Amino acid sequence: MESLSIFLHNLTQQTLPLWIFVLLSIVLILFLITLPFAGFATYLERKVSADIQARIGPNRVGPYGLLQFIADGIKLILKEDIIPTASDKIFFRMAPMIVIIGSFSMFVIIPFAQKIVIADLNIGVLYILAMGSFVALGTIMGGWASNNKWSLLGGMRSAASVISYEIPAALALLNVILVSGSMSFGHIVDQQKFFNWNLFHNPFLFISFFIYFISALAEVNRTPFDIPEADSELVGGYHTEYSGMRFALFFLAEYADIFVICAVATAAFLGGWHVPFLNYENIAEGVQLPLQFIITLTKILVLFYVVMWLRWTLPRYRVDQLLGLCWKFLTPLSFLMVILTSMWMLCFGGRSFYGIIIGFFS
Amino acid sequence: MIDFKTIVLIFFGALAVSSAVLVVFLRNIVYSAFSLIATFFSLAVLFIFLSAEFVAGVQVLIYVGGILILFLFALMLSQQLSQKAVKLSSTKLLPAVLLALPMLGIFLFVIYQTDWELVQNIQMEEGVASLASLLLDKYLLPFELASILLLGALVGALLLARPGEK
Repeated sequence: MESLSIFLHNLTQQTLPLWIFVLLSIVLILFLITLPFAGFATYLERKVSADIQARIGPNRVGPYGLLQFIADGIKLILKEDIIPTASDKIFFRMAPMIVIIGSFSMFVIIPFAQKIVIADLNIGVLYILAMGSFVALGTIMGGWASNNKWSLLGGMRSAASVISYEIPAALALLNVILVSGSMSFGHIVDQQKFFNWNLFHNPFLFISFFIYFISALAEVNRTPFDIPEADSELVGGYHTEYSGMRFALFFLAEYADIFVICAVATAAFLGGWHVPFLNYENIAEGVQLPLQFIITLTKILVLFYVVMWLRWTLPRYRVDQLLGLCWKFLTPLSFLMVILTSMWMLCFGGRSFYGIIIGFFS
Repeated sequence: MIDFKTIVLIFFGALAVSSAVLVVFLRNIVYSAFSLIATFFSLAVLFIFLSAEFVAGVQVLIYVGGILILFLFALMLSQQLSQKAVKLSSTKLLPAVLLALPMLGIFLFVIYQTDWELVQNIQMEEGVASLASLLLDKYLLPFELASILLLGALVGALLLARPGEK
């Protein structure tokens, strides 16, 4: 699949060197999608939580409180930057950077539309999983560097949940790779035209989607799995000692991560920009890209709403329950799903459920 | 004029070596673990230069995401929480040297014996698919042996971790 930089490069008749467009596409995705979204998500979260708890939520800054996140951002930048004396100074400073680098670098391979992707790597799925572990590394580093028992416990819990939940998440995505025969997200999305969403490819992929979603939620430390920052037990978890902008960076990274897992779930299982009864070949060139972009973003936002909805509905899991759920239930189940999906591919020659039904009528 | 690719290659090569040296010589074991991460990461970058993206991805996923996080987990559990110091200085210098020297000899021998051919403009196949067919066809026996070894290690680890029957 064509990447955004090559698309822009061809659009300008290749008058400028390619690396300018590579930089430009990174800046465009980062400043037009990632950062505004991560900021806006804080507002959205507060509004949704207010709605669920029958409150009004932020309503003072701007219409409907829409500018609240900008006010919060300014407040956090202006705050004093405190570094505890007993902390490990270098790692204390490095931890938020690593977290933000890890979570923003995942945006490289998210396919927003046919040509709107920074780089469609042919190891896309692996890349997402690998960069996800960098985020966990940052939280562990922050927890350790704070030199505080609560922070350390938070960091360790984060380490435990990441190394456990990485397995079911990776195995659930492996089913998608089995079905699509590719690890590139562009290719995976291209195969899901009309009704051919991977979600409905076979019953086992349907279950895999939920395995992936649950494990991914645990990996980005969202309630009901937010034990690394469980405020009732650990004060604030790994970011107890962080204040001001460094704290805000952890927060931005968290929302960016949620966006990434929703985008991956959309691309891998929910057909990306493909919806039933919509054939992009019948649509004018100019409308195609915006339409695809809007459809992808809608799916991502719906999933994002589900994530928040879960957070404000379900109570937090205990640590042992969390790890027990992973090792005793999700991991064996996801191994079973990989075996069953492979058997499905073998028995029905790689055809989807939908393909088999269509086969009866033709 | 050195091109941009070469600069990146040299930078990550140097980073890999220097951080590996730091792993050995740093006094704080948590620092050692973190500089091991830098080593693995720069090795992954070098793999990308060899057009082995899959190996690079797996390198970061397994080593950084799995093994090193487990390392850090164990370190924090033993050192920070239970205040047990991890011994860092070496006590058995002579056996270590006797073990390390033949190892160095073997590496140097292999490096100097290999005929490092410069290949120009090779056509790379689709990485993952060709790797899979090689592993499950030509090198099936080593592959299976490695998995048996891993299974053995797994059972051994379980046996060690099990509470003793007293």
